[in-house]
Amino acid sequence: MVQVKIWGSLRHATDGKAEVEVEARNFRQLLDRLSEDYPGLRPQIERGVSLALDGMIYREAWFTEIGPDSEVVLMPFMTGG
Amino acid sequence: MALDLHAKRVFKQVGTRPPRPDGVDKVTGRAMFGADATAPGMLFARVLRSPHAHAVIKSIDAADALALKGVKAVVTSDDFGLPEDMFARDVQDNCLARGKALYHGHGVAAVAAISDAVAKQALKLIKVDYKVLPHVTDVDEAMKPGAPVVQEGRSEENVGAGLSQNVTTYCEFGHGDLKAGFAKADKIIERSFKTAATHQGYIEPHACLASVTSDGKADLWCCTQGQFAVRTVCAEIMGMEASQLRVTASEIGGGFGGKTTVFIEPIALALSRKTGRPVKMVMSREEVFKATGPTVSSSMDVKIGMTKDGRITAGEAKLRYQGGAFPTGTVTMGAQSAFAAYDLEAVRTYGWNVMTNRPKEAAYRAPGAPMAIFAVESVVDEFCQELGLDPLDVRLKNAAKKGTKSAYGPTFDEIGLVATLEAATAHPHYKAPLGPNQGRGLSCGFWFNFGGNTCVSLNINTDGTVGITEGNPDIGGSRASISLMAAEELGIAYDKVRTIIADTNSLGYNDITDGSRVTFSVGLATIEAARNAIRIMCARAAKIWGIDEDAVVWEDGAAKPSGPNAGDFEPMTLADIAAVSAETGGPIAGHHEVNADGAGVSFGVHLADVEVDPETGATKVLRYTVFQDAGRAVHPDYVEGQMQGGAVQGIGWALNEEYIYNDEGKLQNAGFLDYRVPVASDLPNIDTVILEIPNPGHPYGVRGVGETPIVPPLAALANAVSRAVGVRMTELPMSPPKLLKALSGKG
Repeated sequence: MVQVKIWGSLRHATDGKAEVEVEARNFRQLLDRLSEDYPGLRPQIERGVSLALDGMIYREAWFTEIGPDSEVVLMPFMTGG
Repeated sequence: MALDLHAKRVFKQVGTRPPRPDGVDKVTGRAMFGADATAPGMLFARVLRSPHAHAVIKSIDAADALALKGVKAVVTSDDFGLPEDMFARDVQDNCLARGKALYHGHGVAAVAAISDAVAKQALKLIKVDYKVLPHVTDVDEAMKPGAPVVQEGRSEENVGAGLSQNVTTYCEFGHGDLKAGFAKADKIIERSFKTAATHQGYIEPHACLASVTSDGKADLWCCTQGQFAVRTVCAEIMGMEASQLRVTASEIGGGFGGKTTVFIEPIALALSRKTGRPVKMVMSREEVFKATGPTVSSSMDVKIGMTKDGRITAGEAKLRYQGGAFPTGTVTMGAQSAFAAYDLEAVRTYGWNVMTNRPKEAAYRAPGAPMAIFAVESVVDEFCQELGLDPLDVRLKNAAKKGTKSAYGPTFDEIGLVATLEAATAHPHYKAPLGPNQGRGLSCGFWFNFGGNTCVSLNINTDGTVGITEGNPDIGGSRASISLMAAEELGIAYDKVRTIIADTNSLGYNDITDGSRVTFSVGLATIEAARNAIRIMCARAAKIWGIDEDAVVWEDGAAKPSGPNAGDFEPMTLADIAAVSAETGGPIAGHHEVNADGAGVSFGVHLADVEVDPETGATKVLRYTVFQDAGRAVHPDYVEGQMQGGAVQGIGWALNEEYIYNDEGKLQNAGFLDYRVPVASDLPNIDTVILEIPNPGHPYGVRGVGETPIVPPLAALANAVSRAVGVRMTELPMSPPKLLKALSGKG
């Protein structure tokens, strides 16, 4: 199981929880499980999210493996100038 | 792609300062910018723009314009379909208004004619019947429930009730117990701040040449930060397949985020399709101000608690950003960045994006971060004044470092904030004496940086030279940096390598030149492409020597037997192997395609000294020093150039630049005479100190450097000016009228 930290304005979709637990071994599975278990997250996931794994930010990387003790943080999709 | 284990190696090419490859062309006028494109039989296009801030377009009558000799076509939104993709639809509707003009200067119709003069004349003959609507340009006003609604139905699902439909996004970040944090504080300061919308101020106006053929193929030449992104959005709008639209990026005269989207290209394509002739469009400077994408303006509240000895116990920020007449997401980056420089137990940021009757915002270097960090760093500075604390000591005491849980969520890996703060502390600038009416300010800055989709092809020519093809327009010197990294990896001289930028049909997809990504991502792909080419060259040498491939190593630009057991052969240089490539299996090339991650966040610290004339309110910047972690400075001249350029743009933002609207919502200063950017004579030399804390996510340790330098100047200047005049300045720009008003209120 992976612990996923959720940013504040998405917690309406996770019953107020700042951290949720899903069964996933990579980012693709993680996003699929989050959408299934917390349908309120789906609009944001479809608009785009980034994921931080042990401090490193990934914008699109479905098959990045997640270890059981990894720190996983859901973040908005990054854009720059 | 992780930092090489041999990262402590001595670089031979990386870190040197060869002359820029585009320098001669640019100073002699040979370089081809967007407006330099021509084609036989081309037409010239112009756009009719709304004189109103907000108005229903009841009808458009172009009959008289079409009857004018030399006019070949007119297009309006009726000439376009309705893209399913909302991003493309917004881009299209921003090029030419659909049903409603949403801001002063919004395109309404466009004409193509045999000359620019005829096109301009034709615009005067187009009759538009408007019904003028109430408008709103201020972010706080636009959030109120009774405000004029710019667009309906664009709010995301988590925007709370009781706000205008103009509010499109709400976000919240942070951790810890704010109430408990503030309870631990010896002092709490709450302040409200405002920043004006500013323009990137690139010297080259938007320009393009479109040519659509009768069989549906098209070519588009334009100045852009990303030809592939232009292809994606224009193909969607025009209903074309990507392969049929070839986009070529010109040399670019600055972008800074403002050329990450399109404003005229779909219009030129539509006019070319309609006329069957090439169509050229070049924006005037007035159009650039009115109808391209400035940054957001903001209204912000910050509350911070601190102990007497300078430890921050809690921080809270509320950020309201207006991004013009379409939804944007910029406030999410501001809300994540606001407290990024600090190691905090309790922090919370809230953000709202708001639509107004202003031009659609575009990115501007570190979008969203400079204004949020201005507000936070101003309050931190006020604490230092009130509690008699040293500003750098306070930053060091609270600095984020490896292991800090960042204010936006993830735990930091290796970062360079403490190193930049220590460098600033040790620098003579920090201890230099100040005179009357002078003040010194400082600020930390932060940006995420990212990687993204990247392709590189590296070809070994038979004469021993190397050609590199990459897909990102070179804004800040990337061709030189890419050539340096290839030369380093291959072990050949820098002047044996030439890097060019490909069109969209010559290479796989590349993300835009943005996010401080190019030297990081394209560099990473170049190193890997070079390693692929080296593997082939070693294999060719092995064949020639009749030994196993794994018995050959690449050292100092040559294949060598890996040890005495491999045999006694003279090394074969890259040129030796290239010369016989036809005889040994054919052309040699390396390539690499990747969606790069691991860019590594970036921090900087700026020190500014100013003097304020109490009689005129004019501010003179006396001394300015930038400290920044560059990971590895591949070409230090360009790194310094980014640091200096960001500082100067931030100085303009802090002191003078702003979009000024009148009561009718009309932009009053759409030109460089009235919208004043700093020029060389306004500025001291911007001193730079590059720190090199290797990025663990890049083989050479490279970090992006292009965006962080625009983040600290707003607060560094505000803190310096506030100390010089003895009044806390909370509104940007700190133009002379505002400073005189502040000084008169001081009593």
